[in-house]
Amino acid sequence: MDTPAIRLTGLRKSFGNVDAVAGVDLEIADGEFFSMLGPSGSGKTTVLRLIAGFELPTSGVVELAGADVTRKAPFERDVNTVFQDYALFPHMSVIDNVEYGLKIRKVGRRERRERAEAALATVRLEGYAQRKPGQLSGGQRQRVALARALVNRPKVLLLDEPLGALDLKLREEMQLELKHIQRQVGITFVFVTHDQQEALTMSDRIAVFNAGRIEQVGTPAEVYDQPGSAFVAGFVGTANVLRDDAARTVLGEDGCFAIRPEKIALESSPGDGSPGDGSPGDGSPGDGEQGDGLPDDGDVTATGRVVEAVYAGPTTRFVVQLDAGAQLVALRQNLRSSSADVQSYRDAPVTLRWRREHAIRLPA
Amino acid sequence: MSSVSPLAGRTGTPGPTRPAEPSGRSGPGSAAPAAGPARRLAAWLHRHPSARLSALLSAPLLWLGVAYLGSLAVLFVSAFWTVNSFTGDVVRQPTLDNFQTIVTDAVYRTVTLRSLGVAIAVTLIDAAIALPMAFFMAKVAAPRWRHWLIVAILTPLWASYLVKAYAWRVLLAGGGPVDWLLGGNGRGPGYGLTATVIVLAYLWLPYMILPIYAGLDRLPDSLLEASADLGARAGRTFRSVVLPTVVPATVAGSIFTFSLSLGDYIAVQIVGGKTQLIGNLVYANIGAANNLPFSAALATVPVLIMVIYLVAVRRSGALEQL
Repeated sequence: MDTPAIRLTGLRKSFGNVDAVAGVDLEIADGEFFSMLGPSGSGKTTVLRLIAGFELPTSGVVELAGADVTRKAPFERDVNTVFQDYALFPHMSVIDNVEYGLKIRKVGRRERRERAEAALATVRLEGYAQRKPGQLSGGQRQRVALARALVNRPKVLLLDEPLGALDLKLREEMQLELKHIQRQVGITFVFVTHDQQEALTMSDRIAVFNAGRIEQVGTPAEVYDQPGSAFVAGFVGTANVLRDDAARTVLGEDGCFAIRPEKIALESSPGDGSPGDGSPGDGSPGDGEQGDGLPDDGDVTATGRVVEAVYAGPTTRFVVQLDAGAQLVALRQNLRSSSADVQSYRDAPVTLRWRREHAIRLPA
Repeated sequence: MSSVSPLAGRTGTPGPTRPAEPSGRSGPGSAAPAAGPARRLAAWLHRHPSARLSALLSAPLLWLGVAYLGSLAVLFVSAFWTVNSFTGDVVRQPTLDNFQTIVTDAVYRTVTLRSLGVAIAVTLIDAAIALPMAFFMAKVAAPRWRHWLIVAILTPLWASYLVKAYAWRVLLAGGGPVDWLLGGNGRGPGYGLTATVIVLAYLWLPYMILPIYAGLDRLPDSLLEASADLGARAGRTFRSVVLPTVVPATVAGSIFTFSLSLGDYIAVQIVGGKTQLIGNLVYANIGAANNLPFSAALATVPVLIMVIYLVAVRRSGALEQL
């Protein structure tokens, strides 16, 4: 059996009387792209810092490749970190920053230079070796920080929200590039983020953190489609939770259920009149859903009124107040409708329809 | 009453028409602020930025021009005058005699070099003590301790210079506490050049600690972590990351310790024994010798050294750290 790259056992960290990490057990496999996802203050960054050795745990064990490193200093651990603020040495040139780790390990000058240049090539920064960090843009600094960590060929690379300071466009580019680099170098990546989209896009597996504990570990599809708790359902994606009376009325079952917004089809209630009468092309909410194989016998339906319709470019979000009591969000692609239609949807009576298996039972 | 509030008019908020303010809050006629003379002046100054600037700066500029640069100019001019050795009157005829004496007479060269040596020694000692202390304050000590440490550094500045110098005189006296600590009479440095350096290093230490502390305070902790993460032990991190980033701050501190040491003449009188520095010669020429022009010429020597030092320092970027 393979030894995991990282194994955390009963990990706890308290600051004063606040438990930042309140008992974490986790195994991360070799070569995995592993994300730690959670809101700020959920303990994900502290776990990363415990793995790196910047903090010592109150109790618990940190193992790297099977060896107990719990009490080892950062410089004794075969991991490298990409910091949220990049932490580039401002008085050194880009190439000196990248060579720093190799210099400390007494790698020869020639090899050092070759490896540093190769690392800069990996992050597509060949022409910037002599610049100072102050002369680079945020995205370029981020790449230098990545090269500085990668050049040491660590067993594990820890990334602490490295894309947080970049604008959306650059962030999406870097997400793909990071994933590409990870495949190329085959190093275990542990990636801390509060952006669920980012975690879903990049990861092999995700751990969802809440209040110092891990709520769920799984592949992106598992975490998204089979949320293990109401918190996970709400944090990874939009929370559509039916419980109590609403669940009984709509689903005919007791318990707590999550339904993803994009699984919910929106139809105009027939014969109601305003704003559309349900016929195709009148701009009523159900238009985009005609002919997609629905309805079906196994479907669940619920009636309600649109309380909010928000145009978001490719999609429109509908917040629907169900007659049964709960509020659900339905997402619809703007196949035919445009932003001009959105206003007219307010207060329109609608029927929501979804497949029974898409209502996922959550543990109470 | 207008439907647009004065605030909305000034900020020019675009968008749909704003509702009128609730009439309960601003009655008719109270929309415009009362136009008192102070308010009118403020409004006029707002429209004339150059007038505002000159009103703000004329007094300090006058002070800088007359009191600072003016006195330096007078000093420099009078350095070229002489004194009639018979009557003691100042002869206002420009001549290079004073400077010739300073350059050719070995005594003045020796004293200048000695003063320079003292200033350099004091600066180096202060830097060596201040660096670890400032590092401890900025990066190691808990935040609530930090404030007390700063207070501890600053408190001696409240005590009189003379009190502190005389306290050291007692400490360094033959058979005094320092001798006793070192194990017997005569083991301590006694009065002299060493004592002068010790006392000056003590006096100017806060001026070195504070800029270095400020510089380290601006150094992100993540840089230290990054260095450790890349394999560096504490010593290596200090040499490769901390030291280079605080060099400008250290140089900034050295401007204070260096110039204050160069101009000092009291500490050396109290604990220096027979040692003489430039300051003593300037003082002697003003008082006993009654040769003001020669004092002025002597005083230009440290001014010149400081100018050279500042020009050198400017290249290191330290002046941005002040």
